[in-house]
Amino acid sequence: MKKHTTTLAVSMIALAASVTASQADKLTFYCSAQEDWCQLMARSFEEATGIDVNMTRKSSGETFAQIRAEATNPKGDVWWGGTGDPHLQAAEEGLTMEYVSPMRDELHDWAIAQAESAGNRTIGIYSGALGYGYNTELLASNNLPEPACWEDLLKPEYKGHVQMANPNSSGTAYTTLASMVQIFGEDEGFEFMKGLHANINQYTKSGSAPIRAAGRGENTIGIVFMHDAVAQAVAGFPIQVVAPCEGTGYEIGSMSIIEGARNEEEAKKFYDWALSADSQNLALQVNAFQVPSNKGAQTSDKAPDMSMIKLIDYDFVKYGSSDERKRLLQKWDEDVSTLPQ
Amino acid sequence: MRAVSSEKTTPPVLVFWIAAGWIGFCLFPWYMLEDGLWSFGWLFDGYPFDEDYAPALFLVGQGEKLWLAPLLIPLALPLLVLRRPKSDPAYARILILSGALGIVWIIAQGFGIGIRGFTYDWLTALFGELDDRQYGMGYGAMICATAFLFLFTQGIAARGAINGDVFVVSAIGGVIAIVTAFVFFPIARMLFAAFITEDGAYSIAVFFSKFFDDRLWGLGCLSGTRCGAAWNSLFLAILVGFITTVLGLAFALVVTRSGFRHKRALRALTVLPIITPPFVIGLALILLFGLSGTVSEAVAEAFGIQPTRWLYGLPGVLIAQTLAFTPIAFLVLIGVVEGVSPSMEEAAQTLRANKWQTFRTVSLPLMRPGLANAFLLGFIESMADFGNPLVLGGNFDVLSTEIFFAIVGAQYDQGRAAVLAMVLLFFTLSAFYAQRMWLGKKSYTTVTGKGDAGVHPVMPRGLSIPVHCVVISWALFTVIVYGMIVYGSLVELWGVNNTLTFKHYVTAFSIGMTEHGLHWSGAAWDSFWTTIMIAAIAAPLTAAVGLVTAYLLTRQSFAGKNAFEFGTMLSFAIPGTVIGVSYILAFNVPPIEITGTGIILVISFIFRNMPVGVRAGIASMSQLDRSLDESSLTLGANSWQTFRKVILPLLRPAILAALVYSFVRAMTAISAVIFLVSAEYDMATSYIIGRVENNDYGLAIAYSTTLIFVMLAAVGLLQLLVGRVRIGRRMHHATERPA
Repeated sequence: MKKHTTTLAVSMIALAASVTASQADKLTFYCSAQEDWCQLMARSFEEATGIDVNMTRKSSGETFAQIRAEATNPKGDVWWGGTGDPHLQAAEEGLTMEYVSPMRDELHDWAIAQAESAGNRTIGIYSGALGYGYNTELLASNNLPEPACWEDLLKPEYKGHVQMANPNSSGTAYTTLASMVQIFGEDEGFEFMKGLHANINQYTKSGSAPIRAAGRGENTIGIVFMHDAVAQAVAGFPIQVVAPCEGTGYEIGSMSIIEGARNEEEAKKFYDWALSADSQNLALQVNAFQVPSNKGAQTSDKAPDMSMIKLIDYDFVKYGSSDERKRLLQKWDEDVSTLPQ
Repeated sequence: MRAVSSEKTTPPVLVFWIAAGWIGFCLFPWYMLEDGLWSFGWLFDGYPFDEDYAPALFLVGQGEKLWLAPLLIPLALPLLVLRRPKSDPAYARILILSGALGIVWIIAQGFGIGIRGFTYDWLTALFGELDDRQYGMGYGAMICATAFLFLFTQGIAARGAINGDVFVVSAIGGVIAIVTAFVFFPIARMLFAAFITEDGAYSIAVFFSKFFDDRLWGLGCLSGTRCGAAWNSLFLAILVGFITTVLGLAFALVVTRSGFRHKRALRALTVLPIITPPFVIGLALILLFGLSGTVSEAVAEAFGIQPTRWLYGLPGVLIAQTLAFTPIAFLVLIGVVEGVSPSMEEAAQTLRANKWQTFRTVSLPLMRPGLANAFLLGFIESMADFGNPLVLGGNFDVLSTEIFFAIVGAQYDQGRAAVLAMVLLFFTLSAFYAQRMWLGKKSYTTVTGKGDAGVHPVMPRGLSIPVHCVVISWALFTVIVYGMIVYGSLVELWGVNNTLTFKHYVTAFSIGMTEHGLHWSGAAWDSFWTTIMIAAIAAPLTAAVGLVTAYLLTRQSFAGKNAFEFGTMLSFAIPGTVIGVSYILAFNVPPIEITGTGIILVISFIFRNMPVGVRAGIASMSQLDRSLDESSLTLGANSWQTFRKVILPLLRPAILAALVYSFVRAMTAISAVIFLVSAEYDMATSYIIGRVENNDYGLAIAYSTTLIFVMLAAVGLLQLLVGRVRIGRRMHHATERPA
């Protein structure tokens, strides 16, 4: 018995010593981009700085929920990736911290505009335009014409072939709703959504699910961000990407430091590093085809060419605010989703 | 009895807990360590004076956190009883007083003072602004609270409760305390969230507006649009309960009442639902019957029709759940069908009833409790199921997924999640209650201690043929679905490129050699080891809590035993999503602050799976004759010694079963886990969801297949071990499935 206690004590001390020896700087990193990109960012930052990174990947909605739940006692330090709206909402609620990075000069104007609209509590790291993609094989086997515009999707022959996410649960789908309102005007925009509703086969929960389903051949047309559609095409699925002729809305993927972060210094280091051209070039390694916010970063030739796409002047401040969002979603719930299909 | 000798001296247990209280107060860091429970950096970092690591005594001594000082009174009080005999009324009174004071004060200060000073406005109004704060409880506080609890129970025992049995009273107290802390408290917290308005005030109106929502109770499906999630869930659960019961009965009849040759293979099917990770069945069904599924395309080609998306929605979820839960009904019904005594049926036949009459008027009515049990289990499992509706639900919303999306969706509405959770809880608890009522009333006992020779008659022919057809085709279907899972993990890109490859296994589980030795370079290792570790820690704790509870329920009688039993079994009826949400709400803030740690995962598994341990324990303990305990007690052992030396050894099979079951359940759980994983503690199932979300079906299925084999190995090991430790005593098949 005594022997046991001695061994135990010795091993405890050894353990304690090893723990103190290895105590290094650390960073808790909430990531809302795709898994492999998150992993790569975490690993590369570890290599670049020697700071230990704890990464959790969750969708932007989930992460926002978590940060909100943890508001009285923040666990995370920095939140990177995911569509801009939840970042803007977090800024609006004071869940994220003001920070002006020295890297700002290297960024595109839209990235800085995103920061300014949120009182410097967030910043743009990439952008992507809304559009849709279709499965070429299914389209052919069903003898359907190739769509090119938003209006095309209302044609009765596409009934049961179009999929989009539910705006209540997905940022992508909310961007679609807000874009339609801005392209066609509010009344016309809702008429469009009603017409679309008749052709929708399923409102998915996750934003990029429609194009993933299309890739696997479980759906014909998916309304998503174009870079998600490109990623499916590059992965080998028969997907054709469409930039709608009427013009389209876009998202700004964002990054924020969490208010009350336990490792604030490390979070700022990450923030500056993530805005650099080198770290933004990592996206290419994992087939992420968004447009990077650093002017010096490379873009893939497979990525949708932003200069060829007609982008609307998306009003992030208005359509990112909780009130407007709630109003549009409620209207959609009452006027559109209750219609028979 | 021993009591005679312990009259004069103080019992060592009492000394132990008094000392523990003081040690917790004086030596261990009072608050939670930021670096986790297993870091020892604090020992060298300013302990014992640094405010973050200081024990309560040093805090108070330095004039900090003075609200901890009153704890010295209940700590000092028990010192008074050291010289007193147990029979002195003051002995009991002092212990009860000190324990109660200590617990109440720890709870009160914990809830009253948080990380922003006073938690409640009325406290600030009463005492003014508090310029200090405190984090969650750590080692010191935990040890102290435990000590107070057991001082209290010893006081109760000294007053004569349960014949003054300290072990039994302490066990009851301990179980009540942890169930209250980790089941009732979080649920209560969550229910309150249903009444909170956007600005943080409480209002009934908010609750009603969310409760009478069309998305919950709408009846649109009768007129062409969609129905509310509550109706969908209810309808689905009733269907699943009914179909799984019928199929389960068919399987049970074939195994027990026919000359079917491959009975063992059929029995092996019962293991499947337990070791199948969520989503896998859903994914396999999509790959078979989806719009571009293998079967759909073959059918389309053969008949020249366009495949449709019929799978997404009620049909798909129904098929997946039936596949998943039929074996559970089978497991329940085998026991019941076997349990019907052959002599009853023989009697009927002697009275000239033909086979069909015997089956309809004797066998079937005697199986009724089993049928009810199977139906309600299917009902509850279907209600709580999260993975299948997530993958196959389409536009068919059910409560469990709606709760998830109310929390994580863009809507982020905790109140709505709480309301939905209440509705779901209401359904499952009603089913749970109905089950207990139904089974409690009538006597269906046909197996008695008297010699029971005889064999079950074979099924009547008219029944036998359809039953065999159903059973064989369903079993084949199950085998095909599982075969597809293995095949799916071995192809490049299902449906697009069907070349065979080990690529996905390599990505997930590759091991490299570096100069530092083995390097676990596969993407899945991290979550894999975390899962194994958490499951391995949770399993023995679950078994321990379950068996102690089972012992109390079968061997002791005390006031409020029924309520106690209901409380411990309750968590079976609470769906995982509800547990997840409530844990997040309850344990993110002091006094118990454990979100983001591995502890919260372990705790959630213990309380999710505890009822299984309890059931297993009750089932085998009721087979041990009470005379064994009595003879041990008569020979002078106390109840702790009896439990440890007589009952535990006889229970080895039950212990092993509970261990493996909780291990395996911990590896496949998803609904609660998805809310509780963190950067450091990512679990296999939540990693798999991430892959599914990313359209990376190959990797997801490869990982799931690996998990299936790991768990098969665990179950196989159990069979091997239990086979060895057969107790030298005739037993009935312990097939009662945990309910």
